[in-house]
Amino acid sequence: MAKNTHRTAEQMAAAQREISVSEFFAKNRHLLGFDNPRKALLTTIKEGVDNSLDACEEAGILPDLLIEIIQLQEDRFRVVIEDNGPGIVKAQIPNIFGRLLYGSKFHSRRQSRGQQGIGISAAGLYAQMTTGRGPRIESKTAKGKPHRFEIQMDFSKNKPLIAKEEELVEWHQKQGTRFEADLEATYQKGLRSVDDYMKQTAVSNPHARIRYLAPGMEEARVYERAVEELPALGEEIKPHPYGVEIGELMKMLRDTSSRTLSGFMQEEFCRVGAKVADEICTNAKLSKKAYPSRIAREEVDALYRAIQATRISAPPTTCLSPIGEERILEGLRKECDADFYSVVSRPPSVYRGNPFQIEVGIGWSRAGSDRLEVDETGRILKTRKRGTADTEDLLGGADDPIRLLRYANRVPLLFQQSACAFTKSIIQTAWKNYGLQHPRGSLPLGSAVIFVHMASVWVPYTSEAKEAIAPYPEILKEIKLALQEAGRKLGQFIRKGKRVEREFEKREYIDKYLPHVGIGLQEILGLSNEQREETVATLRDSMESTRKI
Amino acid sequence: MAAKKKKSDADNDERLKHVALSSIDEVARGVYEQAQRGDLPDMTMPQRNLQNVRFDPKAGYFEMKGNVKTRTLDVNSVKTFAQTLRLMALAKEMVTKDDFATKREAYYVSKNWGDAKFLEQPESDTVLDDIEAMFSVHEVTRETLRFVPEEHGGSVVGALTVIDRDPETGAPIRSDCAAMGSGAYTIPSSVDHLQLESTAKFVLVIETGGMFQRLNHHRWWRNANCILVEMGGVPTRATRRFVRRIADDLKLPVYAFVDCDPYGICNIYRTLKVGSGLAVHVSRDFCVPTARFMGVTPQDIIDFQLEDATHPLQPVDIKRAKDALKNDPFFQAYPKWQKAIKQLLNMGVRAEQQAFAKWGLNFVIEEYLPTKLKKAKDFLP
Repeated sequence: MAKNTHRTAEQMAAAQREISVSEFFAKNRHLLGFDNPRKALLTTIKEGVDNSLDACEEAGILPDLLIEIIQLQEDRFRVVIEDNGPGIVKAQIPNIFGRLLYGSKFHSRRQSRGQQGIGISAAGLYAQMTTGRGPRIESKTAKGKPHRFEIQMDFSKNKPLIAKEEELVEWHQKQGTRFEADLEATYQKGLRSVDDYMKQTAVSNPHARIRYLAPGMEEARVYERAVEELPALGEEIKPHPYGVEIGELMKMLRDTSSRTLSGFMQEEFCRVGAKVADEICTNAKLSKKAYPSRIAREEVDALYRAIQATRISAPPTTCLSPIGEERILEGLRKECDADFYSVVSRPPSVYRGNPFQIEVGIGWSRAGSDRLEVDETGRILKTRKRGTADTEDLLGGADDPIRLLRYANRVPLLFQQSACAFTKSIIQTAWKNYGLQHPRGSLPLGSAVIFVHMASVWVPYTSEAKEAIAPYPEILKEIKLALQEAGRKLGQFIRKGKRVEREFEKREYIDKYLPHVGIGLQEILGLSNEQREETVATLRDSMESTRKI
Repeated sequence: MAAKKKKSDADNDERLKHVALSSIDEVARGVYEQAQRGDLPDMTMPQRNLQNVRFDPKAGYFEMKGNVKTRTLDVNSVKTFAQTLRLMALAKEMVTKDDFATKREAYYVSKNWGDAKFLEQPESDTVLDDIEAMFSVHEVTRETLRFVPEEHGGSVVGALTVIDRDPETGAPIRSDCAAMGSGAYTIPSSVDHLQLESTAKFVLVIETGGMFQRLNHHRWWRNANCILVEMGGVPTRATRRFVRRIADDLKLPVYAFVDCDPYGICNIYRTLKVGSGLAVHVSRDFCVPTARFMGVTPQDIIDFQLEDATHPLQPVDIKRAKDALKNDPFFQAYPKWQKAIKQLLNMGVRAEQQAFAKWGLNFVIEEYLPTKLKKAKDFLP
C-alpha cells in the first residue's frame, strides 16, 4: 500500500500539464464573486452594468440602462442587461464575452470600472457551468448591422466557441448591447442584494437613467437621471515608475521597442525625462545605453531599487475622473431624503505611483418623520419628510449604525465591509466631535448615510472579487481628511438643528400657556374675544421676535 | 361701643375690597397696555426671602428692605405669568361675589384651566404668596383676596373669653376657654372680627400638643392664672394673629415654651415673634413682637440636669442654626441669642419639652415652670 503512494518523477510528469485560466477559475469561482447562488446573481449584474456604464461614458453617451431579472425556475434566473452604448464590433463579441482576461482595460492607466477583463466572461462561464447554456449577446454599432451571438466557452483552452450567430434585420435601438444569460441563482432582498446594488449605483451615477425589473415587482423601478452631463473622462497615462512591481518591470523591459535603458525609462513611464532617467541609471550603476532586454534578465533588481531611491515627481492626476461634489450631492439627494448633506472631494493624491482621489458625502436625518424649517421671518415650520420613491431607504433609525456606501470608480462595494480601508477610516474618525454617537471600535450611530468613493487608475482591492479596498497609509490618510472635513460641516448642522429643535419646543411651550394670559386678562379687564385673541397674537409676535435661533 | 367698632370694621372691609379690586385691575391693565405697545409685559413684586428682610428691634417685626423681582413674560415665566393672571381673575370674582376659596380649593379650581393647571398645591400656594406680596404695598392680604388657609389655628384654654358672631345672623357667640372640659377652643382661620376678654396675667404659647395636654389636664392655667395656646409646630398666621391680638388688646405678656433645638428656636419662636421670611409682606400684623422665650433654653439643659435626656444635633439642625447666625436679621440683632445658639451648637445636643419627664411626669408643673416664671425678666428676647 505504502509502495503505491510513492511515484517517480516520470510518473508525476505524466500528470503535469498546463492549467487553463478558465479551468482555474471554474474551480476557484469564489475569487470572482460567485461563491453562492445569491452572490452569483449580483456579480453577474454588477459586471454587466460596469461594462455598460464604462462603454457609454467612453463613447460620450448618457447611459440608459435596462436590468431585468426573470425567474425561470425555483433556482434558475435569466439576467438581461441592456445599454445604449456604442455597441461592439462583430469580430470582438466572442472574445469579450467568452474569454477570460481579455479586454482593453488591464493594460491601460486610465480610470474605469472594470480593470482586469475577467468579470463579464466569468459571468458567462458561471452561467454555462450551472445551466449548460452560454450567454447570448445582441449588439449594434451606430454604423454596423445588429448581430446576435450565443457563446459556449471551452474551459480548457480559454477560447470562445460560437454556438449560434445571426445577423438581425433590425434592432430596437440605434446602438447598444444586450447581454442575456441564464444561471443558477437566488434572488433575495435586503442588504447586499441586487436591489441594494441598483440603488447604490444610482447614487454614484446620477448621470445614468436605470430601469430595473426584478421578480415580484409590478413594474420597472426607474432611477431617473439627475445630471445631464457626462463625467469628465480621465486621460490615459503611462505607468509611474513607483507603481510598477518587479515582475511587471521585467515584462516591460522585454516588450519595449526602445533600444537603450534611458530611452526605455523615458518612453514607457510618465514623469521620467532625460535627467531623471540618467539619475536612475546612475543610482542603479547601469549604463544608460544598456539594452533593456538584457537588463530584464540580469539587473532588473538593481533597476527596481534605483527607481525607488530616485526622486520622481508625482504622476499627473488628469487621468482621474472623480464624481465631483455636485454630482455626489445630486445622487444622494435623489436617493436619500436627508435633512442635511455634506460633500467633500479631496484633491488627488498618490499611493505607490498610482494617482487616486477620495470623495466623501454624508446625508444625515433627524430622528422622526417630521422636519423643522426656519423661514425668512424666523418662524419655525414643521413639515413631513417626503421619503424616496423606492423601498430601499438608505437612512436607518437614529440608534442604528450609519449606513456606509463604499465605491471604487463609481462601483458600489457590497461585501467585506469590515476589511475595507473605508470602514477602518470611519471607525478611526472621532464622530463624537461631529455630533454623532460613536461606540468604540464600530461605526457611528445615526440616521445617516456616509458615501465614500475612491477614484483611481488602479484601485488596490484586497481580492480579485473587488470587494474591499486595501488599507494603504496614503489612502487611509486621505479618507480621514475627507471624513473630517465633511464631519465638521455635519457637526455644525447638528448643533444648529438641536438649537432649532430646542427653540421649537420652547415656542410650543409658549403657545401652550399664552392663551391663558389672554383669558386672565379678559376675565379681569372684561376684554372681548377679539381683543383677547389680538393681545395673545401680539404677545406671541413680541416673544418670538426677541428669540434668536 | 361694640356697634361703633362693628361699623368701622364694615367700612374697613369695604375699603379693602375696593383696594383689592383696583389693585388687581391695575396689574392686569399694566400687562395689557405693555402688550398693546408690543413690549414684553412684566409684573413687579417684592422678593420673598431673608435677603429682603430688615429687622429693627424697636419696630419688633420683620420689614421688607424693598428688593423687588420683576417677572418679564418669557419662555421660562409664561406658565407662572398665565397662572398669576388667572388666580388674580379668580380673586376678583370672589371679592366681587363675596365668596372665598381655601388654598386647596383654589388649587382645584385650576384643574379646569387645561394646560395652565397646577400640578401640585405648593405651586398654587407659591403663586398666591407672590400675588399677596405684589399687593402688599396696598395692604391687601391673601385673606382680603379671599384665599383662606384651610388649616385652622392652634388650641386655646384658660382665662379667656372669645366673642365671635354667627355667620348667618350676626348674633354674638361667647366661648369661655376655661370651660372647655378636656378639650380646647380652636382658633379660626380668620380672627380679626373676634373680641377678647380675659383676667389672665400672661399667655404661655406651647410648641407641642403633648405638653399642652399635660398642663390642661392638671388645670395648671387655673393656678397660674394664664392662657395656654398650643401652636402645633410653626404657628399659622391665624395663631400668630390671635396671640398678637391678646397681647395688644389685653396687654398681656406672651411667653414661648418650645423644644430646645434649632427648629424650635429659629423657626417656631422666630416666626411667632417677628414673622416668616417668606411672608415678610404680612409680618407687621402676623407676629407677636412682645413675645419672650421662656424655654427650653440651652442653659436649662444644664440647670435642670437634662444632659442625659438629650439627643445629638443632626446635620440639618446644625445647618439651620448656623444659617440663623449668619443670615437671620432677628438673631443678628440680639447678642444674647447668638450666645445661646452658639452654646447649643457647642453642646451639640437638643432637648425636647418632654425631657423633664426624666425627673417625674409632673416635674415640669411642680418645678420647672414655677422656677422659670419667677425670673420672667431673664427670658431671652
